[in-house]
Amino acid sequence: MNKELKASAPTDSEIVLGILNNSEIVLKKLYTTYFPMILQLIINNNGDEDDAKDVYQEAIIVLYNKIKSGKFELSSKLKTYIYSVCRRLWLKRLSHMNRYGGDIRDFEEYLPVDEEVDDHNERDVQFGKMESALQLLGEPCKTIMEDFYIHNRSMQDICERFGYTNADNAKTQKYKCLQRLKKLFFQQK
Amino acid sequence: MLAKAQKAVFSAKIRKESKEMSDHQLTELIERYFDGSMTADERTQFELLRKNDATVESRVTEHMQFIGLLKQYGERLELEKRLNAIHDEIDVHALKEEVTIHPTWVVRMWRNHHSKISVAASIAIFAILGTLFFTGKLNNHESNFEQLSQEVGRLKYKTDKLEGQANTFINNLPVKPKARPSNPGNFRGTGFALSSNGYIVTNYHVIKDADSVYVQNAAGESFHSKVIYTEPVNDIAVLQINDDAFTGLGAIPYYFKRSSTDLGENVITFGYPDGKVVFGQGALTSATGYQGDTTEYQVSIPVNPGNSGGPLLDEKGNVIGIINAKQTQIAGAAFAVKSAYLLKAIQNIPSDSLSKSLTLSTKNTLAGLSRKQQLKKLKDYVFMVKVYNQ
Repeated sequence: MNKELKASAPTDSEIVLGILNNSEIVLKKLYTTYFPMILQLIINNNGDEDDAKDVYQEAIIVLYNKIKSGKFELSSKLKTYIYSVCRRLWLKRLSHMNRYGGDIRDFEEYLPVDEEVDDHNERDVQFGKMESALQLLGEPCKTIMEDFYIHNRSMQDICERFGYTNADNAKTQKYKCLQRLKKLFFQQK
Repeated sequence: MLAKAQKAVFSAKIRKESKEMSDHQLTELIERYFDGSMTADERTQFELLRKNDATVESRVTEHMQFIGLLKQYGERLELEKRLNAIHDEIDVHALKEEVTIHPTWVVRMWRNHHSKISVAASIAIFAILGTLFFTGKLNNHESNFEQLSQEVGRLKYKTDKLEGQANTFINNLPVKPKARPSNPGNFRGTGFALSSNGYIVTNYHVIKDADSVYVQNAAGESFHSKVIYTEPVNDIAVLQINDDAFTGLGAIPYYFKRSSTDLGENVITFGYPDGKVVFGQGALTSATGYQGDTTEYQVSIPVNPGNSGGPLLDEKGNVIGIINAKQTQIAGAAFAVKSAYLLKAIQNIPSDSLSKSLTLSTKNTLAGLSRKQQLKKLKDYVFMVKVYNQ
C-alpha cells in the first residue's frame, strides 16, 4: 500500500547549511520535497489538505528553529525527523478533536520526538499571548512596537511615519506603548 | 526628633522620584546598552549598576526576555509568510489525488451505500425466511424415506373402470370379468416363500389397509392369500396362500440366517419393482439402518418401489433380510429388515392363526451353485404381492 514518493531530494546537509544561511531556495526545496509525504500521512489518517498544511508548516518551523538555534544534529534523516514530528503533531490534534481511533496508518519509520513537539507547543502558547496582546494594544502602538522591535526601524523613521514633532515625544510614546503591551501580555493566563 | 522625621520623609521622596524616573530611563538605558549606542564610560557605569542593584538586574533580564519573545514572534510571522508563499506554489490538489490511497470499489461502495445495502439485505433475508416459512420448507427435513411399495395410480384404475363401464353401456354387451392376472392391483410389492405349504413373508407396509391380497408367481399365476400375522414395528407381514388352485411349492432352497452378517458381504435381491421379476446385486454397507436403526441393515443395492418385501440373500444363498425401504436423498442406500427379526416374528405368530404347520427349511440347496442357477431356482419362490383396497 505504501506508495513510493518520487522526489529529487536535496541532501540533508545541504538543507541544514542553506537554512543557516537564510537561503530561500533551500527552504523552498525542503518544503516541496517532503510535503507530499506528509500530505499522504494526513489524508490517509482522517485529515484534509489544510490539516496537512498546518501540521507540515509547524514541523518545518520546529526544524527551522532547531537548526537556527544550532541544536540540530544530523543523527537521523531529515525525512524521518519531519515525518516523526508531523506524526506526533497529528496524533495530538486527532485526540484533541476526538477523531483518533487508536490506530494510525504509517508510511515511514519514525522517532520519538515528544520533547521537541512539547517545547514547540509551549512556545506557540507564548506567541498566541503576544498576538492577542498586540491586537488589544491597538494602533498606533501596535505598529510602533512592530516597527521598532520586530522590523528594527530607527526612532527617526518612526517619528516621521507617525508625524511626531520630536524624537523625545516618540520615545515617550514608545515607552508607554511598551508598558501597556507588557501589562496586556502578563495579564493573560 | 523633628529633624529625624523630616529626613525620613525626604529620603522616601527621593527614592520614589528615582524609581519613577528610572522606570522610563532605565528602559532607555537597557535598550541603549543592547543596541550598542552607549559610550564606553556609560557602559561601565551601567554594568556596575546591574551588579550592585538586584532590581535593575532583574528588570534587565525581564526586558530582554520580553523583547526577545516579541522579536521571535515577529520572526515566526515572517517565516510563516514565507512558507505560505512556498505552499501556494504547490499544486496540492494534484498531489492529493496522487497520495490518497483509494480503497477498492467494494469498500467505497460499502462506505457510500452501506445503509441502503443493509436495508436491502434485511428485506432479502426476511423475504427468504418468509417464503421458506410459508411453504413449509423451514420444517426440519430429515432425508425422506420412501417405502418401496408402488402405488399404481388409483385414478388410472378408476378411469379404466369407468371406461369399461362406458364400453358396456355403448356396446350393450355383457363384459367378461377381467382375468385376474391382468388386474394390476392398487399396490404392489414383493414377497417370498417361508415354507413349501404356502406361507409367504412380505412387508407390513405393502399389505397395510388391504381388502384383499393376491400373490402372483413368476409364471403369472395369481393366488388369493390372507394376512395371518403382522408386526408393524419391524415392517413384517406373513401371508398364507388360501387359493384352491395352489398346489404347493417345492422344498424351499434357502436357509434363514440367524446371526448377523458382516459388512462388505455381497448380497442379491429379487423382486417385482415394475411388474416383472428383476434381479439386483450389491453389498452390505452398514450394520444399522435408517438413522441407526439396529433392526435393519443398510445395503448398497439398486432397488425401486415394488422391491419392498423381497428377500436379501448373501452369496451362499442364505436369507439375511427383507428389503423394505430406500432413502431418497442418498443414492444407493436401501434398507433391509434383518432376518433375525423375521425369525422372531415367525415365533410370535399365535398357533391358532396357523392352519398348517410353518416349518422353515433347514437346508440350503443354493450354496455352491452359480449365480444364474441360484436365480433360476429362486424365481419360483419369490412372488409379486398385489393388494386391492377400494
